[in-house]
Amino acid sequence: MFQHFIRLQWKSFFRSSSMGKGLGLKIIMGFLAIYMLGSLALSGGFLFVILQKAFPNLDPVLVVSKYLLYWILAELFLRYFMQKLPVLDIKPFLTLPVKKSSITHYILGRSGVSFYNFLILFFFGPFAIVLLAQGYPTVKVLGWLLSLLGIVLSINYINFIINKSDKAFMVVGTVLLLTYAMDYFGWFPVKEYAGKVFYALYQNPIFTLVPIALAGATYWINYNYLRNRIFLDASLKQKTKLAETTDLAWTKRFGDIAPFLQLDMKLIWRNKRTKMQLFISLAMIFYGLIFYTMEDFGPTSALFVLVGILMTGIFLSNFGQFIPAWDSEYYSMMMAQNIPLRRYLESKVGLISVSIVVMFLLSIPYVYFGWKALVINFACAVYNLGINIPVILYFGSFNKKRIDLTKSAVGNIQGTSAIQFMVMIPLMVVPCTLYFVIKTFVSFEVAIGILCVLGATGYAFRKTIMDWMTERYRKKKYGMIAGFKEKNS
Amino acid sequence: MIITQNLTKKYGSQIVLNIEHLEVPKGQSFGLVGNNGAGKTTFFSLLLDLIQPTTGHITNNDVQVNISEAWKPFTSSFIDETFLIGYLTPEEYFYFIGTLRGQNKADVDALLSNFEDFFHGEILGQKKYLRDLSKGNQKKAGIVGSFIGNPEVVILDEPFANLDPTTQIRLKSIIKDLADKQGVTVLVSSHDLIHVTEVCERIVVLNKGEVVRDIRTSAETLKELENFFGGRMAKEGEVV
Repeated sequence: MFQHFIRLQWKSFFRSSSMGKGLGLKIIMGFLAIYMLGSLALSGGFLFVILQKAFPNLDPVLVVSKYLLYWILAELFLRYFMQKLPVLDIKPFLTLPVKKSSITHYILGRSGVSFYNFLILFFFGPFAIVLLAQGYPTVKVLGWLLSLLGIVLSINYINFIINKSDKAFMVVGTVLLLTYAMDYFGWFPVKEYAGKVFYALYQNPIFTLVPIALAGATYWINYNYLRNRIFLDASLKQKTKLAETTDLAWTKRFGDIAPFLQLDMKLIWRNKRTKMQLFISLAMIFYGLIFYTMEDFGPTSALFVLVGILMTGIFLSNFGQFIPAWDSEYYSMMMAQNIPLRRYLESKVGLISVSIVVMFLLSIPYVYFGWKALVINFACAVYNLGINIPVILYFGSFNKKRIDLTKSAVGNIQGTSAIQFMVMIPLMVVPCTLYFVIKTFVSFEVAIGILCVLGATGYAFRKTIMDWMTERYRKKKYGMIAGFKEKNS
Repeated sequence: MIITQNLTKKYGSQIVLNIEHLEVPKGQSFGLVGNNGAGKTTFFSLLLDLIQPTTGHITNNDVQVNISEAWKPFTSSFIDETFLIGYLTPEEYFYFIGTLRGQNKADVDALLSNFEDFFHGEILGQKKYLRDLSKGNQKKAGIVGSFIGNPEVVILDEPFANLDPTTQIRLKSIIKDLADKQGVTVLVSSHDLIHVTEVCERIVVLNKGEVVRDIRTSAETLKELENFFGGRMAKEGEVV
C-alpha cells in the first residue's frame, strides 16, 4: 500500500506545476536553492570555530544548547504560517478500497519527511561532522543529532495539533518574547536553564529517547485525532471565512475608475498573497534606515537612489509586475464585460500612483538624515510616477501565467517567470546608473533635476503612452486569456 | 442581430469550428446543441472576442466583434465560473456589474428582487464570498449577473447544468420571457435536449464544428433531435 502512496508522491512532485516552469526560472530557483542550502551547510560547518572564538571557555555544544529553546519557539512560530496538513489531498482515496488507518499514516508520515524537517540536518549535520573531527565522542554526537531530529519532528506534529489556532499562536509568540526579555533584562536566566536541559541530551545519549518518544507521542495524538475525522464534513472541510462587506464610497471621487479601484482594494484585502504584499510594502519604508544609518556612503550616494526607488516604488514593483495576472481567475469576464481596456489599465495606474504618493509621504521623516535625503526620495517618487509606471505596465503585458489568489503568499512563486527578474533592471538599475554618472561628472543638483524632468516628461505624455499601452494589451489579450485559463502553469 | 460570415477556427491543422453563414435575428431565443467538442463554447468565445477567428468574422448589431469593442455595452454573458470574481460577495458582484453597465444600486436591487425565488434564499445576505458558494449557487449568481443592465444580447453557455429542478424550470420561464416580451436575443447552449426544445424557438445542431441541422422548434423537434443524436451519432461511433 505504502509503495503506491510513495509512487504517487513522487509523481505529484515531478509533475507539479513548479517543475513545469520555464527553464530560465528553473535555473534561477535551482541556484537559489543551492545557494541557501550551501550557506546553511557552510555556516553549520563554521559554527564550531565561530563559537570557539566567541566563547573561548565554553563547550560550543553547550552554547548551541543554550539557544535551542529560542530556535524551537521561533520554528513553532514560523511554521504556523508556513505549514498546514494537506488533508485535502487524501479526498480521492476515501472511496477507494484503502484502509483509513493507512490513509492517516500516509498523510502524517508524508508531513514527517517534508523538506522543512530536513533543513536542520543541512545545518547541524556539518556541525556534527566538525565535532567528530574535533574528537568528540561519536555516540554522544550522534545521539545529540538524533535528539535534534526528534525535536524537529515533535515541532512538526505539535504544529498540526495546534492546527492554526490563533490562541496557541499568540501563546507561542508571547512565550518567545517573554523568555527573550527575561534573558535580555536579566530577570531570569532562561538561557542557562534551557541550555542545561538540552546539553543533557548531549551528555547522556540515553536522554535521546525523550525527544524521540515525544515525536512518537505527538504523532500518535495526531493519528488518533485524524483517524476518526476523515470525513468530508469534519477535518476535510475547508474553513470559510465570514464575508465582510464595505462599500468604499470614498473612492467615488476618482470618477470613472472608482469601481475598479474598489475592486482592486477588495482584491488586495481579501486575498492572502496580495494582503501580505501590502504589509511588505509598508514595512519597506524602514529599508532606508539600514543605509542611512551607515556613515560610509556620504549624503548623495547612488545607493540612496536605489533605496528611494525601492521605498516609494515597492508596491509598484510587487503589485505592478503581476498586472493583469491578479485578475487572471476572471480575466475572460473582464474582457467580455462592458469595460474599455483603457479604463481598466488607468485604474491600475491610479492605484499604483496613490501608493507612490503615500510611500513618499511616509518617507518624509528621512529628512532627519539631511534635506538631501528628502530631495532624493522626492526625485525617485517623481521618476517612479512618470517612467516606472509605464515600464511596469509594459512588462505586465508579457504576463500569461495564472495566479491562484487563494494560495498563501509564503514562498509562492505562482505567476512568476523570467520576466519578473528582468524587470528589475529598467526599474532600478537605469535610474541609479543615470544618477551616478551625472552626479559624478556634473553635480548632485543636475542629477536630481534630470530624474525629476524624466519623471515629469513621462507624466506629461501619459495620454499617448496609455494609448499605446492599451493597444498593446489589446493585441496580447487572446494570449492572456488562453494562458490564464491554464490552471497548472 | 448577430451575423456570422465564413467563420473558421483552427488549432494547428484541426478545424474546430467552420460556419459559413449563420444569422440570429433580434429577439430570437437561439439554442445551440452538440456533443462535447462540437464547437459550442468555441463559437460563444468567438462571439465574445475571447479568442481570435482564423478566418471570417462575427458582427453583433453591425459591430464586428474582433475589431471594435462597441458590442460590449449591449451584450452580456455567463460562460463559466471564470466569469465570477471569487473574492466578492454576490451583492458586491452584482453592484460591480451594475456600475459597469450604468446602473445604480437601486436599479440593481430592483432587478434582484425579481429573482428572489430563483435564489432560494441561498445567495443574497449570506455573508459568503462567491468562491465559497456551491457550484450551483455560483452558477445562479453568474446567470443573474448577466441579466443586469438591460442587455440586448444574452449569451449563456450550459445554463441548465448544475442547477436544481426548481431553478431549471424558473430559468426556462425567465429566458422565454426575455426573448418574447423584452425582445432580447438569447443564445443558449445545452447538452439537455429537452430543455433547449422547451426554451428555444430555433435550434442549431453543431457536429465537429459544422452546422448540421437548423431547426425551427415544433412539437416534433425533440423526437428529431433524439433520432439525430441517438441514431446517426451512434452509427457514426460504430464506424469509427
